Amino acid sequence: MLELIGNGTLLRHTVASLFRVTAGFYLAVLLGVPLGILLGRISMLWAFLNPVIQFLRPISPLAWIPLAMLWFGIGDPPAIFLIFLASFFPMVVSTTIAVHNINPIYFQVAANFNFSRKEIIARLIFPAIIPEVVTALRLTVTIAWLVVVAAEMIAVRSGLGYLILDARNALRMDYVMDGMIVIGLIGLVLDHIMKRLGNIESAQWGAKVR
Amino acid sequence: MSYIRIDNLTKIYLGRRSKPRSLHDPAEHSGDNVLVLNNISMSFEEGEMVCILGPSGCGKSTLLRIIAGFENPSYGSIWVGDKPVIGPSDQSIFVFQHSGLFPWMTVAQNVGLGLRHMEDIEAKNEKIKEYIEIVELDGFEDYYPHQLSGGMQRRAELARAIAVNPDLLIMDEPFSGLDFLTHMKMREEVVNMHEFIRKTTLVVTHDIDDALIMGNRIVVFSGRPAALKMIHKLDFPRPRDFERDHGLSRLRSEIFLMLGVPYAV
Repeated sequence: MLELIGNGTLLRHTVASLFRVTAGFYLAVLLGVPLGILLGRISMLWAFLNPVIQFLRPISPLAWIPLAMLWFGIGDPPAIFLIFLASFFPMVVSTTIAVHNINPIYFQVAANFNFSRKEIIARLIFPAIIPEVVTALRLTVTIAWLVVVAAEMIAVRSGLGYLILDARNALRMDYVMDGMIVIGLIGLVLDHIMKRLGNIESAQWGAKVR
Repeated sequence: MSYIRIDNLTKIYLGRRSKPRSLHDPAEHSGDNVLVLNNISMSFEEGEMVCILGPSGCGKSTLLRIIAGFENPSYGSIWVGDKPVIGPSDQSIFVFQHSGLFPWMTVAQNVGLGLRHMEDIEAKNEKIKEYIEIVELDGFEDYYPHQLSGGMQRRAELARAIAVNPDLLIMDEPFSGLDFLTHMKMREEVVNMHEFIRKTTLVVTHDIDDALIMGNRIVVFSGRPAALKMIHKLDFPRPRDFERDHGLSRLRSEIFLMLGVPYAV
């Protein structure tokens, strides 16, 4: 382990992995949450897209590897795509459920106080779903981190997944163990960060009400 | 001179088989439709506190929701002032049975909901403070609803409602779920507030005592479909007390009789 830290290999691979997870995860959140809100509000859209989502959801990201390589070639893009895929559907579904869970009384209050469509989203839906979305973020980031190793076993030459694959091919089981330990430690840190996110004030109301 | 006018209001909830089978088959009789309100007409004066009584499930709440614009009448029309009710608006504010406060906003933010378009921030804050003081919640401006007791939550919602200066205040069972003492205190506060701001207020309740103590006018409905049984102006002097005012207690036993519930057991 010391050797890997010493020559900077470990740091380089960790940063590469973290970059891919961050990119894929952010993309999933930025697209997934708005789509989830849309699906939660427009029941027609939900009726159409829900079967599609439920169809795609159980397909393991690993099964997408050939297609990902076909579409995105080699390097970072296919790996980011796989991480995106793994975190996108949980984010959409959790957000939609969070919107469905909003007490209908609040929408009547909004109508009563002449809320515009923009205000309904910004002052009602958004704050109302934050607690549930933060919980979803916490669960999903773990999934994203889980997938990175698999994603890096394809066509990239960096990242913790590549490190493990490479070490296995070289029969260096100690490096494999090092890679696993670092993955676990970072998972721990990510979960802690997400937990802290749940402590921000706007997410706090949900902790006590529910 | 009537301020709120309800003309021939009928509400039918359409069941699944709701299409009339022929031209001569009126909607009320087809399929499994439910007639909730049957041809109700009445009117109230400006500034009155009207208490609406009736057995549970008789359609009182539906009536309120239609007056607030949350639901459409099947037939008939409703006028508040000289405007017909066509949908919810901040001219008639509904106070919900269980808290309608936004849990992610503080008391001050909730009370300021109807004032959010005021451009002068200072005047706005001044106003919020004023209404919070009316309901005696000063010091709790920055609390979130879940940090308040049930009674305080109702008061905050009341402040939010009157801060918009609506033409009409609509309360659905405002004291349900409160303990006895809080209930009595709230009742006093609602009466005081009404004396102070003189806003036309509709209160639905199943509590005969509440209705008689609070109302300037009392409306009694029969069971479903709700039809008008009695509409009576109450001009008993305040403070009202069943023990001293025999007219009041006589009226109470009359209403008990009318609703078909035993008064003395």
